[in-house]
Amino acid sequence: MAHEMPDTTTHADPSKDSPADMTDDAVGYYTPGEPIVDTKAPEGPIANRWQDRKFEARLVNPSNRRKLSVIIVGTGLAGASAAATLGEAGYNVKSFCYQDSPRRAHSIAAQGGINAAKNYKEDGDSVHRLFYDTVKGGDYRSRESNVYRLAEVSTNIIDQCVAQGVPFAREYGGLLDNRSFGGVQVSRTFYARGQTGQQLLIGAYQALERQVAAGTVETFTRHEMLELIVVGEGEGRRARGIIARDMVTGAVETHLADVVVLASGGYGNVFYLSTNAMGCNVTAVWRAHRKGAYMANPCYTQIHPTCIPVSGAHQSKLTLMSESLRNDGRIWVPKNEADCDKDPREIPEEDRDYYLERIYPSFGNLVPRDIASRAAKNVCDEGRGVGPKVEGVRRGVYLDFAAAIERLGRDGIEEKYDNLLDMYERITGENPYEVPMRIYPAVHYVMGGAWVDYDLMSTIPGLFVTGEANFSDHGANRLGASALMQGLADGYFVLPHTIRDYLADGPFEKIDESHPAVVEARATVEQRINHFLNVKGTRSVDSYHRELGNIMWEYCGMERTEDGLKKAIDLIRTLKDDFWRNVKVLGTNESLNQSLERAGRVADFIELGELMCIDALNRRESCGGHFRAESQTEDNEALRHDDLFAYVAAWEFAGDGEPPILHKEELTYTAIEMKQRSYK
Amino acid sequence: MSSNDNMSLTLKIWRQPDAASAGALHTYKLDDVSPDMSFLEMLDVLNEQLNANNEDPIAFDSDCREGICGTCGLMINGDAHGPEVTTTCQLHMRSFVDGETITIEPWRATAFPVLKDLVVDRSAFDRIIQQGGYISVNTGSAPEAHSVPVPREDAQRAFNVATCIACGACVAACPNGSASLFMGAKITHLGELPQGQPERDSRVVNMVAQHDHEGFGGCTNIGMCTAACPKEIPLDVISQLNKDLRTAMRHGH
Repeated sequence: MAHEMPDTTTHADPSKDSPADMTDDAVGYYTPGEPIVDTKAPEGPIANRWQDRKFEARLVNPSNRRKLSVIIVGTGLAGASAAATLGEAGYNVKSFCYQDSPRRAHSIAAQGGINAAKNYKEDGDSVHRLFYDTVKGGDYRSRESNVYRLAEVSTNIIDQCVAQGVPFAREYGGLLDNRSFGGVQVSRTFYARGQTGQQLLIGAYQALERQVAAGTVETFTRHEMLELIVVGEGEGRRARGIIARDMVTGAVETHLADVVVLASGGYGNVFYLSTNAMGCNVTAVWRAHRKGAYMANPCYTQIHPTCIPVSGAHQSKLTLMSESLRNDGRIWVPKNEADCDKDPREIPEEDRDYYLERIYPSFGNLVPRDIASRAAKNVCDEGRGVGPKVEGVRRGVYLDFAAAIERLGRDGIEEKYDNLLDMYERITGENPYEVPMRIYPAVHYVMGGAWVDYDLMSTIPGLFVTGEANFSDHGANRLGASALMQGLADGYFVLPHTIRDYLADGPFEKIDESHPAVVEARATVEQRINHFLNVKGTRSVDSYHRELGNIMWEYCGMERTEDGLKKAIDLIRTLKDDFWRNVKVLGTNESLNQSLERAGRVADFIELGELMCIDALNRRESCGGHFRAESQTEDNEALRHDDLFAYVAAWEFAGDGEPPILHKEELTYTAIEMKQRSYK
Repeated sequence: MSSNDNMSLTLKIWRQPDAASAGALHTYKLDDVSPDMSFLEMLDVLNEQLNANNEDPIAFDSDCREGICGTCGLMINGDAHGPEVTTTCQLHMRSFVDGETITIEPWRATAFPVLKDLVVDRSAFDRIIQQGGYISVNTGSAPEAHSVPVPREDAQRAFNVATCIACGACVAACPNGSASLFMGAKITHLGELPQGQPERDSRVVNMVAQHDHEGFGGCTNIGMCTAACPKEIPLDVISQLNKDLRTAMRHGH
């Protein structure tokens, strides 16, 4: 049932552009493995698959649910929503977060909105169109069944959140307002000014705390998962718990359950500077990876086009300006390099290059994030960037509200973007109502993550992974306002159905602290902690993190090449070796020790960074957020190679120092035709 | 900014090894502070300096560093979050002058015990929310979102007070250590919406009981809370809180 969607896509067959002599760039860096298939994805018409799966998934009798226990790591949208929902259903839930309250998880910082196929604007939206836009936006590297399900449940999310009291923006008649958002031509984005993530997370947090009061959920704040407990061997193995460290007392605790869910977010902080919170990390997922969970497409990184540029060496994080600003702001740089240090207000219209409007006339400033980011990099590389020089180059472009203020008045702009523009002024000291804002791309989100099947279960039975921590829905690029949608879809409406099919076999064999798998996991954690405290080297944890970030941004950032990636892998291996021999962590384990916390995270980021580079090296094509310089069209657009790379790269850990094993999951499309993306 | 604008500062910082030990202010010198640094980046630089000198770095909480997660919060020269109306992470060093002495302390409140240095325990806020700071609606049982229109002005007021980030500045600023602004914001957020009506009476009664149980003080309408609030939650949410409480009592709660 290939629907014909009228749009601007061209029908060029990308495969015929593949050079016949294409070599395998990553030879020697990995070991080929058996293909992997998603055995849970139902067959049949795409619109029926989720209904079919929900029906086939076995039920758990309400009286048995209280005998079953669930560990959920992370309390962002994906984790808090799942904890609340499973608690309501009557399971025993233990919820973990490293923050001092579940309400502080980084979903809270999402600004722009959440997509849903409500079609309240009667502008031609539908579940199928949201599905289609998401697959296309992901550059045909996502799994069709998953994306359809995401679009399907999107409408339930809005109903749920409104009922919880999420104060979405409304029209004068009292009905919900929508806006259009990066990369699509319909208005399907629900929003709460520029703080949508905050409002949705507070809704999920309140639902979670309600279950705490009801006694179904127990929360463990300031706790960090440091190891996964896997019991049994081969097909019979099961994830049965975690080792967590109480970050206040240093106590290393064992927590056992029938099933473990990781909703621990993304790993953008591997780049050191990103829009992620300071504490965001890969440790939960990476410890699971080392225990057998495959990592899928780890190189797929989203570089967000509208962030506040770096101001100096002290920079600890980057701040996103919601891309909703692109709805009304116009992006430009001077046509002439000589104008780059002038007051922008004095540069006449004819000397400005509104480059997105020029290159992509049909989408203009609303092209998808990957395209907008690379275009900004290109004009700055040409020497036409603006703002202060950082390491000799001006890395910034203007986002100008002058025309919008003329059209809508200052009040109109204030109502839509007030908090964002205030934040900009606070950080930069410049007033965006008077001077054009300066923006530059920054790492924002990772599409890659733990490999999961249609049920969101990883390659370790009993280990489920949801939200940004998994790889499943966004392909090689995520559309704006879709992260919140995925987090809540997974937590409220998908996981609670799929996890019951697994739990129907429970409760599982009772185990305790003396089980060899528990003893082994605890020992690993304790050895690592002792090692970090006893190295007594000369370099701070932060200095290693910064160096790793520089390597990743330089060689595995917006543009990647074979030579650069190989160089990066060498540099990371050297850095890793030095880190383990020379890191300096003061203090003890038995107290609140922030250097110790970070040491563990940076150790895991270093290993992840190497795998990301190997994945990027293997994928000698450009798709979505992954741009290989060797694979571009004559006019420098990303060029996919569907004949060679229409697969999910699922990496298996093979041991320290051993090349990882690559398992390929072929991507097939039955409801959508694969096309080369075009936004011109 | 050129390095000529950089500042030298004297920092008096509260150090306390753990909840059980006594603490004290320690003095540190820090040079070459850029006005473009955030306040927490300034502390990052100090911590790198301490680490290099084999001194235990200063523990302080922060996460998003963009003013929305509510994790950070310091008393800076006696003001919660410092001299600007913003969170500590969004305060920049351009708000200070070369040669200045800055005193940095943790939130001070009985209900927020110090865990280490500048880190406090704010879990009392979660326990207040557990006592009714929600609308009871199980996943999947919600009606169609457009079935209940909400007047735009009500939705806007609900949103404006729902922007509370639970940082605790209101408690730290209040001479009584009251969390009335925090609680009033939640009461008002949910009370403005039609969905929040069924539990309106029990919500306010139970939340206030938990608030008092946690050791927060009573409100005497001083208004330091709203002055310190980085999200500018207005003082009238406390009037709303009191009004809702009286109404609930009249209804027999």
